[in-house]
Amino acid sequence: MSLLEVSDLHVWFDLPQGPQVHAVQGVSFALEPGDRFGLVGESGCGKTTTILATMGLLPPTASVSGEVRVDGQNILAGGEDSARGYRWKDIAMVFQGAMNALNPVKKVGWQIAEPMAFHGIAKGAAARRRAGELLEMVGIPAASAERYPHEFSGGMRQRASIAMALACQPRILLADEPTTALDVMVQAQILDLLARLSSELGLALVLVTHDLPVVAQTCGRAAVMYAGEIVECGPMETLFHQPRHPYTRLLFAATPDLYGAGEDEAVVSIGGAPPRLDEPITGCPFQPRCDVVLERCAEEHPALRLVGPGHEAACHHAERAGAS
Amino acid sequence: MTGSQGAPLLEVENLTTLYPVRRGLADRVARQPRLWVHAVDGVSFTLARGEMLALVGESGCGKTTTAQTILGMVAPASGTVRLNGTEIAGLPERQMRPLRRQLQMIYQDPYESLDPRFRVETAVGEPLLVHGIGGKPAERRELIVAALERAGLSPAEAFLARYPHELSGGQRQRVAIAASLVLGPDLLLADEPVSMLDVSVRAGVLTLLDRLRRDGRMGILMITHDLSTAAHFADRIAVMYLGRIVEHGPARQVVRHPQHPYTKALLSVVPARDPRVRSAPQLLTGETPNPVDVPTGCRFHPRCPVAVERCSALDPELRVVSSASHEVACLLA
Repeated sequence: MSLLEVSDLHVWFDLPQGPQVHAVQGVSFALEPGDRFGLVGESGCGKTTTILATMGLLPPTASVSGEVRVDGQNILAGGEDSARGYRWKDIAMVFQGAMNALNPVKKVGWQIAEPMAFHGIAKGAAARRRAGELLEMVGIPAASAERYPHEFSGGMRQRASIAMALACQPRILLADEPTTALDVMVQAQILDLLARLSSELGLALVLVTHDLPVVAQTCGRAAVMYAGEIVECGPMETLFHQPRHPYTRLLFAATPDLYGAGEDEAVVSIGGAPPRLDEPITGCPFQPRCDVVLERCAEEHPALRLVGPGHEAACHHAERAGAS
Repeated sequence: MTGSQGAPLLEVENLTTLYPVRRGLADRVARQPRLWVHAVDGVSFTLARGEMLALVGESGCGKTTTAQTILGMVAPASGTVRLNGTEIAGLPERQMRPLRRQLQMIYQDPYESLDPRFRVETAVGEPLLVHGIGGKPAERRELIVAALERAGLSPAEAFLARYPHELSGGQRQRVAIAASLVLGPDLLLADEPVSMLDVSVRAGVLTLLDRLRRDGRMGILMITHDLSTAAHFADRIAVMYLGRIVEHGPARQVVRHPQHPYTKALLSVVPARDPRVRSAPQLLTGETPNPVDVPTGCRFHPRCPVAVERCSALDPELRVVSSASHEVACLLA
């Protein structure tokens, strides 16, 4: 039994007119305490929707199927009533742009203490003391609890929003693009903090980002998403050195690398655009942009299958797709 | 075109741009002295045709203000900006306007830089109308089509009637590039041209910029926070910190053999794609200090891991180290 087990998750969004958008199409992954797992993909691939569904935070226009199990208990089984019991206490999230979503008229310490009172973890002086401890844990002096968000720099505000997510001692932290708007130096500080929290507190971390190098340096394992599906999943080293899905290989090749620069290694973009998700897709969703297409690819949808130890890929010719 | 033949495309010398700090009523009543932010503080560089220079640094280092001053959107406090040998810094708008044909800007966000109500043809053709070029509609359309093709939107005719919402992010940025190419500029200023785009299309837009400067007589000044991109596409890199260039040299040399402690730290935190490549990140504490209150001596010394006593007293100037074109502003380099 894993700490977190997401299995066969599907999400559909209703549109005001016309068909539904099938935003997440059968996503499964599992996490153990202390795991650092990356969810990588381009905009619209369903990575944020996946973790919002995991939190039970999708709007009423979304329909969800599949299971999200924490310690074996399906937290989505009873709708909002069952999800609420786990949210923030077992599974917490740092939202995209969270650092800009702090309440400007409330002191930072108050904002961190508020969820503790709401969830009955601590209140009054105890909650304030714990807010101070949480700030220290993320690298901000406890005395700063008495300050307002505008007195914080961007990096400090992001640290404060991580402290807020940790208020109720969750065991799973979902972080959506936690460093995207930050400078490289601050990004490195935040990633260092997340890695430290996961090893010191045994926190299972899901890092959602479009930035492959960030995942490569932070996570042990990752899943690459495309058009609502996981197309490849495995240890980070395997994904980089022996990718089995052409999309993974091409995505790495499209990312400029400081350590590859100067060796005249070309940075190549991937032609075309991801498919629309409001129409049924026949065959492999990546086939129109792929550089190794077989006849089968246009007709038959490739299922995610085991291609190596702990390594899965959804490609008809995964056995040779890595060679390029 | 005025200016001497042999002059470099762009010469920036000792450029300084100040912004006043807003004072509250109490400060004004108490006659507190007006404070100034030295957004750009004595920046010098040149750019030749066919060359790409990357201005790299964290937010607040002054890289965007440098570009805005070159464009004439902000008046410099001192220093010169020469385009093809002609002084353009602080020119009045009426004299600046015809010169704007020669220098064009590409903005970060193609979702905001394009008017959603304009078709591609209108968006790309607008600069022609503003500058009164291409009298007849047919002539204008020819120029628009040529610019779109140069920006890699081909066949251009298929894009003319489209609205921005019908285009992908990469295509939008190409339309914005076409709109800046249509006037045939000599200098392109590209402010974070790909940071809003998806990873899979970034390389395409960067390759386009690379081709434009290689086959044209155009020079490109790229402003970016992304050292990996700068290392791949620029000929030279200038690293800025608190309004100053602290290191400047050939891209490969700056990346492989950085001399300034700030450049070294910045490079050490750039994550590598390969999980097996583990650099030792050298985390600097804190963030860039407030440019209103610039540290004495070397402005990097409070965060510098190797600073010695004299660093807090002496303000180092850029000077040549190792090879002739590699300059560093550090007392210890």
